[in-house]
Amino acid sequence: MVYEAQLGHPGGDFSSADILAALYFGVLRFDPTKPGDPGRDRFVMSKGHCTGAFYAVLAAAGYFPEAELTTYMEPQSRLNGHPNRNYLPGVETNTGPLGHGLPVATGIAIAGQMDGADFRTFVLTGDGELQEGSNWEAALTAGHRKLENLTVIIDRNRLQQGARTEETASLDPLDDKWRAFGWHVETIDGHDPDQLLAMLSASPKGRGKPLCVIANTIKGKGVSFMHDNVDWHHGVPNKEQYEQAMAELV
Amino acid sequence: MSAAAPAEAGLFDCRDSFAATIESLAEQDARIVTVVSDSVGSSKLAGFRKKWPERMVNVGIAEQTLVAVGAGLANGGKVPFVSAASCFITGRAMEQVKADIAYSNVNVKLIGQSSGVAYGELGPTHHSIEDMAWLRLFNNLTLIVPADPWQTEQAIRAAAVMDGPVFVRISRMPVPALARKHARFEIGKAETLMEGNDAAIIANGTMVHRAVAAARALAVEGISARVINMATVNPLDEAAILAAAETGAIVTVEEHSVRGGLGGAVAEIVTANTPVPMRIMGFPGFVPTGSAAWLMEHFGLTETGIADAVRQTIARK
Repeated sequence: MVYEAQLGHPGGDFSSADILAALYFGVLRFDPTKPGDPGRDRFVMSKGHCTGAFYAVLAAAGYFPEAELTTYMEPQSRLNGHPNRNYLPGVETNTGPLGHGLPVATGIAIAGQMDGADFRTFVLTGDGELQEGSNWEAALTAGHRKLENLTVIIDRNRLQQGARTEETASLDPLDDKWRAFGWHVETIDGHDPDQLLAMLSASPKGRGKPLCVIANTIKGKGVSFMHDNVDWHHGVPNKEQYEQAMAELV
Repeated sequence: MSAAAPAEAGLFDCRDSFAATIESLAEQDARIVTVVSDSVGSSKLAGFRKKWPERMVNVGIAEQTLVAVGAGLANGGKVPFVSAASCFITGRAMEQVKADIAYSNVNVKLIGQSSGVAYGELGPTHHSIEDMAWLRLFNNLTLIVPADPWQTEQAIRAAAVMDGPVFVRISRMPVPALARKHARFEIGKAETLMEGNDAAIIANGTMVHRAVAAARALAVEGISARVINMATVNPLDEAAILAAAETGAIVTVEEHSVRGGLGGAVAEIVTANTPVPMRIMGFPGFVPTGSAAWLMEHFGLTETGIADAVRQTIARK
């Protein structure tokens, strides 16, 4: 998709792909033919720039035809560079600017808590985007309200657009920060399907706190020349790179 | 020309009307919830909290989350009324208003309280005279600036039944109840409070009763000025503006900056269709220290100031 569009954010697409696959094919309760079902589990893609991975998973989950993926970022495509709920079923809220997903997901979880509903709300954030203060406002509210129906998954690839997170505005100790805000925190391998499925599908009932899953990942996972390489936050492979990447991914 | 005396004597704080209306609506519709940022008292929502503590979300002093939580509650099937001081719910949370509310096109009602220069002495950090200019850029965000308690109730009721994002701007400045021959409110429809053909005064919010007073004073001199209450800033009642332009002179008055608010909106329509002399009344930008009443006097947002502006604009025909 990125190669055809000649635009995109492949590094973050690859770091989050396993998390998205685990969510959509092992955790979330949804019916792609009823995207507005009040009882659906919600997933909010806070790292809205990683639509390469998000759209691929939404299509595979049945929200729209996979053939449409070839229109990624073309004029008037529903597959905007950042997701738009008014174009595309399965998108809960429009993201793109960072630090928007968790606050909105917090509101969704509050609605569920008010109604005693049993749907869960998941949000995937990047790690660099945790530098946005809005996340910590929401973390405070979610912790205060003991939103056990809310789970944030942090795609902890340790790279942001320009450099390593710890060289830019360090986040560690990240687990302690979330604990201090009233969250239950677990750290897992974000590329291990077994760990992802076990952690995310466990019932939240009785936990009494929102859950923060720090998923350690590798930016550009699966493609050797993108692997943990800051140059591939956004970037477009040339023909040789594209062919090499596709060969490695298969 | 003369108008009927006000239906109710005295002055009113439109926040009281907001609070009574939201409580009335909440009794009938369980989906209605309120969201505040430590702004219960300033939003006059203590009564709501007492009746329905479980239906009020107080996120603390955190306006970005305030607005975003509203979007999330709408996703979860609620009809959230998100209420905070207008200066903060707009300026502090503008990207949430843009991305989470307007661009996402969700069913959230934003209530900007104590707008304009109501917090006079507290200074420009607490004034909200930029809000209409900022919000007017979001084409699908309905903007309503009610002028009195009756219209505040109507605006809140209309916002509640409309499916989509709405911003209602509510002042704490005391205003009289306006005299109306035909009390009817519809989003996007201006209200003509006085007829007139020499000039048209287009006002909203706290400026409407002052515009009426100015028009009455002008009538004594034989100048007939139409008074249009343009409570809805988006979508704008273009037909009312084009009809106003037929008078040949338009004066706009708002408790807002002269840049980009109601005056700017009216000018966009007038200049593109039937250019006529116009005067945009409001505040020039950051204003000096002073009470709200002093600021309005100082910047000519008074019966006398508006009447002068009408005479001067007619002279430019």
